[in-house]
Amino acid sequence: MGVRLFSFPVWSRYNASIMHELPVTQGILSVALETAEQHGGHRITAINLVIGDLASIVDDSVQFYFDALSEGTLAEGAKLTFKRETANALCLECGHTYTVTPPLDPFCPQCDSAFLQISGGKAFYIDSIEVDDEDTRS
Amino acid sequence: MKIPVVKQILSSNDQIAAENEKNFRENGVFALNLMAAPGAGKTTFILATIDHLPDSIRPAVIEGDLASTIDADTISQRGVPVIQINTGGGCHLDAPMIRDSLPHFALTDIDLLFVENVGNLVCPSNFNLGTALSVVVSSTAEGHDKPYKYPGIFATADVVILTKADILEVFDFDLEFFERGLKAVNPTAPLFVVSGRTGKGIDTWITWLMNRKDKYQS
Repeated sequence: MGVRLFSFPVWSRYNASIMHELPVTQGILSVALETAEQHGGHRITAINLVIGDLASIVDDSVQFYFDALSEGTLAEGAKLTFKRETANALCLECGHTYTVTPPLDPFCPQCDSAFLQISGGKAFYIDSIEVDDEDTRS
Repeated sequence: MKIPVVKQILSSNDQIAAENEKNFRENGVFALNLMAAPGAGKTTFILATIDHLPDSIRPAVIEGDLASTIDADTISQRGVPVIQINTGGGCHLDAPMIRDSLPHFALTDIDLLFVENVGNLVCPSNFNLGTALSVVVSSTAEGHDKPYKYPGIFATADVVILTKADILEVFDFDLEFFERGLKAVNPTAPLFVVSGRTGKGIDTWITWLMNRKDKYQS
């Protein structure tokens, strides 16, 4: 039985990339542009993102890709703001709750127990965009 | 002017993932997304699972790698339908890649589809493929600290497989420590400790898998 091979070169239309921040950034750009078009096609000045601390996204990397990808679009020059959603740990032994940042410390800082429950930190969405509507011709 | 959006960043990927899922359901295909670091033993684990499946279950495989058809050739030699996706440097599979490869399978002749993601413990967890089950594979050789270091991917798992159980002692692998880390980020995912080489634990995993498959299709 033969093997069917699909090759997806980098920067292909399939958005394959070395860093996953690239397709993530393409996602941000397309949602923002679509929203701006639906609201009168104004220039986008800011995009407000909510990203969880456990979502493995590097802010600088996203802004870097964004500046390149948004060139010549309504979003060119837009500033990305990152609201970080923290992850919380609950110690199942002593009840202590605290904020965690990766890499995860596997022990409760209060009682040294390893029975922890982690919640939150997985958010991954665009909260809002800001557009420049000053240039609206009436 | 501020315009509220509140939309998932990868919503276009998610939309195609939903189409894939519909396609799988309509054709009675139970699809698994296997995510692991390079060298964890994904392909060996897939083959061991295929070898121990009930005779009535017809498997197929999608292999995701940066380059080469090494894994797909191995699968193909067993007479199992296989498609190789080379991402050309891309660190994960996404829903459009799966959608575009599906027409090359006879989906109605497949009961169980293994999608072997690109070896990586970070990016694949962000991209839904439309599969029914997310499987994270970790090996004893990688060490018992993986759930602590890569909480994101372990948190998304429906089930976790620990491979290379036959050489656990060699690596001073602390299974209890591993389990605690996993429970902290994902209290519900069951853990199966297996060895693809000796076949240890594979039957127990398959019993669980078939149970999930039946539930999905009923």
